[in-house]
Formats: sequence, C-alpha cells, structure tokens
Amino acid sequence: MNLSDLYRDVIVDHNRNPRNRGRLECPTHHAEGDNPLCGDRLRLDVRLDGDVIGDLRFEGSGCAISTASASLMGEAVKGRTRAEAAALFEDVHRMLTGAGEDASRLGKLAALAGVREFPARVKCASLPWHTLKAALAGDAKPVSTE
Amino acid sequence: MAAAREAAVGLDLARIRAEFPVLSRQVGGRPLAYLDNAASSQQPACVIDAVSEYARSHHANVHRGVHTLSQEATSLYEGARETVRRFVNAASSHEIVFVRGTTEAVNLVAQSFARPRLQPGDEILVTRLEHHSNIVPWQLVAAQTGAVLREAPIDRRGVVDPGAFRALLGPRTRLAAFAHVSNALGTVLPAAELVALARERGIATLIDGAQAVPHLPVDVQALGADFYAFSAHKMYGPTGVGVLYGREAMLAAMPPWQGGGDMILSVSFKGSTWNQLPWKFEAGTPNVSGAVGLAAAIDFLGRIGQARIAAHEQDLLEYATGRLAGIPGLAIIGTAPEKSSLVSFAVEDIHPHDLGTVLDAAGVAVRTGHHCAMPVMEFFGVPATTRASFALYNTRAEIDALHDALQDAIRMLRG
Repeated sequence: MNLSDLYRDVIVDHNRNPRNRGRLECPTHHAEGDNPLCGDRLRLDVRLDGDVIGDLRFEGSGCAISTASASLMGEAVKGRTRAEAAALFEDVHRMLTGAGEDASRLGKLAALAGVREFPARVKCASLPWHTLKAALAGDAKPVSTE
Repeated sequence: MAAAREAAVGLDLARIRAEFPVLSRQVGGRPLAYLDNAASSQQPACVIDAVSEYARSHHANVHRGVHTLSQEATSLYEGARETVRRFVNAASSHEIVFVRGTTEAVNLVAQSFARPRLQPGDEILVTRLEHHSNIVPWQLVAAQTGAVLREAPIDRRGVVDPGAFRALLGPRTRLAAFAHVSNALGTVLPAAELVALARERGIATLIDGAQAVPHLPVDVQALGADFYAFSAHKMYGPTGVGVLYGREAMLAAMPPWQGGGDMILSVSFKGSTWNQLPWKFEAGTPNVSGAVGLAAAIDFLGRIGQARIAAHEQDLLEYATGRLAGIPGLAIIGTAPEKSSLVSFAVEDIHPHDLGTVLDAAGVAVRTGHHCAMPVMEFFGVPATTRASFALYNTRAEIDALHDALQDAIRMLRG
C-alpha cells in the first residue's frame, strides 16, 4: 500500500478543483448515488444529444476519491456515445478491482488505478460510474453501493 | 513529560499495554495506535485466556447435564452472571439477562416490555444524540402499535438539557430511552437526573450504557433506571455477548421475547410454562464462552481500578482536545463540559474517509463515518466525522501520532 499511489497529483487536483460540478438546467437524465458506509452522496445530471453525452454535471458531498472519480469521469465521457461510456465503465471497473485493464483506453482515468490497493475505497471510486449507469438507464431510483 | 503526567494518575501503562497482545502489532510499518475503542476495544490476555480455557477444558451445554463438564459450564456461566451483578450493583442476579449485545437488549425491551403496553398515540421519548440501536427498535415498535417516537433536543455542544427533556415527558409518554454516554459526541448525559424526571411521572426508563461501562462506574440502583443495556466488546470483552439489566418487577411482568429451549419450565401442546428470571429471556443455548470472557473483562477492570482508568482517560481527552484544537481548519464536534474520552472532529474541505485512509497508513486506527448516529450528523450539518476514541491503554504518544498523521494528511489532501 502506497498512499501517494492513491492520492496522486491528478486525484488531489480533481478533488480540489472538480470539473463539471453543479447542475444542468435541462438534463435529459439524472440519478442519485449513495454510499451509506461513508455518507457520500452524489447527484448526476446528464444531457443526451441523440445518443451522445452532450453535457453532464455532478454535485454532492464526497471524499476525495469519489469527487475526483466523478470529475475525471465527466471529462472522459463527454462527447462519447452511450455504448462507449458503458465500455469505459467496464474498463474502469476492471482497473478498480484489479482484473486487468487496457491502460491505453483509460487515459487520465488511469490515475484511479491506485484505488485497487485500498479495498475499502473501491466503492468511493465506483459510485459516480454506477450513478452514470443508472442515469443513462433512466432508472429513477437512487443507486446505492451497498 | 507526557510519561511523567501519565505516571501521576497511577497507571503503569507499559505493564497494562503488555497485557494486550494486539498492541504490539505494526500497521503500515508503524506501531499500531488503536484509537477506535468506542467501536470495539481490544482484549487483554486474561480475557483471551479465559475464553480459551473454557473451550479447552470446560465446554458443554449449560443447565441440563448431570455430567461434570455441564456442571462446570453452568457454574462458569452463572458465576459470570453474579460477576456482572456486582459490576453494576444490581439487587439480584435474576435481574441480569445475557443477550447478544446492547442492540439485542434494546430490541428485547421494545418487543417484550413496550409492544404489549403501547396504545396508538402513546409516546416513546429518546434524545437527538442516540445511536441507531436506540432509535430503530422504537421506530419498529411504534409502527407495530401506533405509538409515536419523539426526540429531546441537543444544543450546539451536544448537551441534552434536562429542562427540554422534561418538557417532552407528557401524559402519553410511556417510556424514555437515552444513552448514558454518546458514541458520536462523547457527551455524558445526566442519567440519574433524567431517570428521576421520568420516574416522577411514572414513566419507564432504559439507559443505553454501551459507551459508559468501560469508562465510568455504573450503579444501576443509584441510577434508578428500569433497564440498563451494555455490550462486552466495548469493555475489553469478546463480541457477541452483552447484558440487559432489568428491574425484577419489570422483567417478571414481561412475556418472553423469544421462545425455545432453556426458557421454559414445561412444554406440551396444550401450552407451555416459562422458566424463572432471568432464564425466561434466554431462549436457546447461550453464549457461554462470551459470558466467561465478559466476566474476565470485569475482573480486569476491577484489578486496574475504574477510578484510575477514568482519571487516565480524562487526561487523554484533555491532551487530545488541546492538540487537535491547534490544527487549523479542524473543528471538534461535541464539546459538552462532561465528556467521555473521545474526540469527534471535522477538517475543513477534507472528507473523513480520506483522513481515515491516510491515518491508517500511519498506523493510526480511527473511525470515520456517521457512527450509526445519522441524526447527530444531520444536526451538525456534516455527512460524517472522524472519531478518535481512547481506552485505558492509550498514551499521549499515540495522540501525538494522531496529531502528526493528521498534519500529514492535510498537507497531502490539500495538494
């Protein structure tokens, strides 16, 4: 376990200055995510332009890992199709659980790789992704990591 | 200097620490500083050995064998009950019911005492600072009976004002239940005073003593409560065993909660008759080894001396409060004048979960989260706090380790 591998500069930066924070005026999809273990809560607004994620915003209170993950996720999925976002989620999930990933497809998201050494924190990193999945599925019920 | 002060309160910390095998562990390459005692405390060798010796030499089922081992197990189990009786100064060992823990004790009272008595519109009073285990069982029984759960307020320090509590004791209040010590804030409640206010009005009382028994002497007769609940694993004993003290007249008037073996005198398909107190409430084979471990933990506390433990822990509390208050951006949550030895806090812009991870890497174990007290978190407007809670074996040096690790965490997370 190496702390500086978890709290890499990219993670600290995205936690301190999250991109895409806030609410969308006219989201086509939204969902709420909840990690009852640590009290993380996230609301995610998405605007789909056809099949493409045109814009998204998130807000809520979360730890550095979930905030940075949400911020990095926003940058990574904007402009992508639903299918591309879903494939990226699979890649991120494999990375977080140590199942092996294709680093070339992950880009900046690879900064989250250190999380897999901290099993208690995997849920923090995956919360925004589960929330995105729920939003795109049009599921109105809040998702929970539990 | 720290060591000199510690010696002054009369605890030989080096010797006490040597009794706890786990305290010699390293975590993250650093000596473990175990500061999560309010969640669960560590066990001294005498407790581990008592449980082990029971399993090695005396285990059998209790209350039903004429053979030697069964008689030994019964004698150890009932001996443990007598040890508990003395520990809380109950009038009779019939008033000591072994349960799984504080949570089960509260559920037992909710289902066996409250449920048959509550009418629609009756009220149960708790306080805002309760652990979920002293809220949810009452919500369940309220839903079953049409009763209403009300909560006495706390102030910004985390103090329950007896006047505000009294104002909520109305003609429909049937039971008042409150913590002796708050697990999330450390507040010591004026338990005897609150009990007296309820008793004057003929209202039954339950005290959740889970956070009190490891830190202060408890005398159930002096407190006057009808029920007092606690767990072994927060007072240096094993998990899975706890105690419900109930005033004999109350327990006698309550129906059994769970049915099964050991709680009956006779069973036939025409009907069954119940065993005497306290076995009426102990259906099934009990946690004998847990009770043996609890008794060993009580003996341990008695050997060290509860007054000396309290003095040492108050010194740790004062020292920790001073050191943590000096960290810029850190706010202590729970500042009651009478506090048990824990410090809950929030650090500006940093989530407790991140602090917890960084502290763990430095060998410092703290609890982060809502501490099963979400209404308290809501009151203070935080999603979670970080909590360092101290036991008799903790040292000022461990608080220094906490302080230094916090400074490192803040540097790392602020970027």
